[in-house]
Amino acid sequence: MATFLIITTLVLLLAAIFTGGYNKKFLERVQKSWIWGWITTVDHKRIGILYIVASGFFFILGGVESILIRLQLIWPGNEFITGDAYNQLLTMHGTTMIFFVAMPLLIGLMNYIVPLQIGARDVAFPFANALSFWLFLSGAILMNLSFLFGGAPDAGWTSYTPLALNEYSPGPGVDYYVLGLQIAGIGTILGGVNFITTIVNMRAPGMTFLRLPLFTWTTFVTSAIILFALPPLAVNLLLLQFDRLFGAQFFSTAGGGDSVVWQHLFWIFGHPEVYLVILPAFGMISEVVSTFSRKRLFGYTSMVFATVVIGFLSFMVWVHHMFTVGLGSMANTIFAIATMLIAIPTGVKVFNWLFTMWGGRLRFTTAMLFAVGFIPTFVIGGVTGVMVATVPADYQFHDTYFLVAHFHYTLVGGTVLAALAALYYWWPKIFGKKLDEKLGKWHFWTFVPSFHITFFPQHFLGLYGMPRRVFTFDSTPILNNLNLISTIGVIGMTVGTVAFLYNVVITTIRGKSVSGDPWDGFTLEWTVSSPPPAYNFAQLPLVRGREAFLHEKLLGNKKMKAAEPLGAIHMPSSSYLPLIMAIGLFMSGYGFVLRGFELAALGLIILFIGMYMRSFDYDPGYHISTEEIKQIEKGLKA
Amino acid sequence: MNTGNQTADVATETPLHLERTTLEGKNKILGVWLFIGAETVLFACLFGTYLTLRNQTMGGPTGQELFSLPLIALATFILLTSSLTSVLGVVSMHQNDLRGLQLWFGITLLLGASFLGLEIYEFIHYTSLGHRFTQSAFASSFYTLTGTHGAHVLFGLCWILGLLIQSRKRGITKETAPRFYVASLYWHFIDVIWVFIFTVVYLMGAAG
Repeated sequence: MATFLIITTLVLLLAAIFTGGYNKKFLERVQKSWIWGWITTVDHKRIGILYIVASGFFFILGGVESILIRLQLIWPGNEFITGDAYNQLLTMHGTTMIFFVAMPLLIGLMNYIVPLQIGARDVAFPFANALSFWLFLSGAILMNLSFLFGGAPDAGWTSYTPLALNEYSPGPGVDYYVLGLQIAGIGTILGGVNFITTIVNMRAPGMTFLRLPLFTWTTFVTSAIILFALPPLAVNLLLLQFDRLFGAQFFSTAGGGDSVVWQHLFWIFGHPEVYLVILPAFGMISEVVSTFSRKRLFGYTSMVFATVVIGFLSFMVWVHHMFTVGLGSMANTIFAIATMLIAIPTGVKVFNWLFTMWGGRLRFTTAMLFAVGFIPTFVIGGVTGVMVATVPADYQFHDTYFLVAHFHYTLVGGTVLAALAALYYWWPKIFGKKLDEKLGKWHFWTFVPSFHITFFPQHFLGLYGMPRRVFTFDSTPILNNLNLISTIGVIGMTVGTVAFLYNVVITTIRGKSVSGDPWDGFTLEWTVSSPPPAYNFAQLPLVRGREAFLHEKLLGNKKMKAAEPLGAIHMPSSSYLPLIMAIGLFMSGYGFVLRGFELAALGLIILFIGMYMRSFDYDPGYHISTEEIKQIEKGLKA
Repeated sequence: MNTGNQTADVATETPLHLERTTLEGKNKILGVWLFIGAETVLFACLFGTYLTLRNQTMGGPTGQELFSLPLIALATFILLTSSLTSVLGVVSMHQNDLRGLQLWFGITLLLGASFLGLEIYEFIHYTSLGHRFTQSAFASSFYTLTGTHGAHVLFGLCWILGLLIQSRKRGITKETAPRFYVASLYWHFIDVIWVFIFTVVYLMGAAG
């Protein structure tokens, strides 16, 4: 509590210095500043950008962690980072990359693009949307504070018990993991509710379900996965928190607990989670491949069906992470077969992308390069996935570098390459400027080959028996050479990433503004200006076919038909409450980590006050008048 | 999509389902249904954990020794009745009867509070018998499952209380109607969970 008071005073002091102290004009000055505009925003486009920027920041953090890991493994017996420090690095690398990079990047793009693709002015719950973001950010910051205060989590991203119990993981590390993920997870669940409601209730007239762009479809299924997969994680974290903080006996054998409960609940969440980060990637690839082949997506309905089937099967396969636990050959067989079934809808998708390109007029922009690079890379990850789903072979692969290679091929070769393709594709829509194509090609040709140099040898490291999560290895020629090659590959990935960051800076400074439709796109987001005005659509569009914009283009129309007369547009008011509520939960989480239960209670009280204030607030929002809209539209080039 | 043209005079010609007249209202109802879906999974996990660990009493009292069904049956009766009164509250809302709405939701509040009182009494009674949270995996999972349900009841009580305060100032409008409707949805959900707790924890526990 004392620490908290000191920190609060310090923050207030700094705030006073930077804002020029409190006087009559103070509030006015604060409300006019651009920072206030961003932290109180409820606009889905701004929140999307906040997500993307935050995930970029954590990508750099997680990237540095991975570089340090590879440097330690550059040769046998290295003493650069060993023991507990290495465990902290690998735990934080995994957790950061999945929860604070992949998910927010995808959710950020969903936030920005989905309302535009379905012809809506915002998401269903703009307030909750802002809350989702701030909860994610406070969870992520809370977990990363562990490096400074008390040591990072060190029980792996899966945090298996009994390793994660007090007995074997003393210190606050795992508590940071538990509370940080809990807070971020609550935000994600809210986001899932928000996207489903938006897609069900707020589609523009004529936008039927079988006219939804594939990215919106994958967002829809992903949100359903979020909705049903995140609660098991929440429960699991709660149980671990009770075990660690309040002496409950869920996982300790001495008190009658069962460690396998953790594993089941973790993977009931954990397997849907990996589909949660790959399905939106499939959607992005579908958009990019179709646009740059100048062809409608091949087999649209089968793509939708495959997406739904993958979403369903993702909940049926969690035991394939637990083949070596000893659940019996019947359980293992059933889950092995279910796992292999997923290869079918995934194969449908791969062939549909190939047939979309077949006979198309291909344009190899950077976005298309990444999309084309994605396909074989992801297929390798998929094939090794079927290999590890084979139970007898899995006894050999389990917990080796073969696994590490497999999931990096799906997560980097799948999610990251797709997200990069999507960033190059949607960057002009989001920021109004095209990323530099030449630097983009440098990015592609350094990043993707180096990725293979880094991770392809790791398959063989695993087959030669090198276990994952161990900071050293015996000196044998094969292990030495393969590890050295793997570390050399990291250099190229780093160069590629730096080229990308440089590209972002250069584009922001010098890039030329583009029109609303720089790629000759097919879907509704390309019908509005880049970046779109706050209200997105001056008049909601009337959708008359799948690939709505292409449909109009083929009829010779330059614009969408309007579904409503031009009129005043209702907008939600911005609010500082989401930030306050997130700060409340952050304080509460930090209180639990420090075992300062007064602080934890205070944080929860702040959260509930925020909820009550929100409930009593009947703010009607505001209207943008017809004249203002006409003025704004005149200033934009569509 | 356009919510600005809701010009129907609410006092004279109230639509049958006032809570669905605006897009915000429709969104709210769908959103709460989805939220209930997530909560169902959450409770399913707690039930699964309880069923796995319920025999691990580690020398402490077992469910068979602890559970007294008459008390639990009373609590069940109270909570199920509160679900009925919340339905009557929504019926009053549809008839544009503010007094009825306040009365029935007020009774819901009282019934919910007495259920919570019984549960607190039950917990205190159990701890005096040596059934403590840290005693065994059985105790931990029992208190976590029932306690999470109790926390949901408490949350629902605060929610309905807040809505009742708002109703005094604002009455039944197209803004307040969806709020009462979704609060009642949530309240039913809590009751359904209790039916499962009553069956899985208490009836199965008492049967041994």
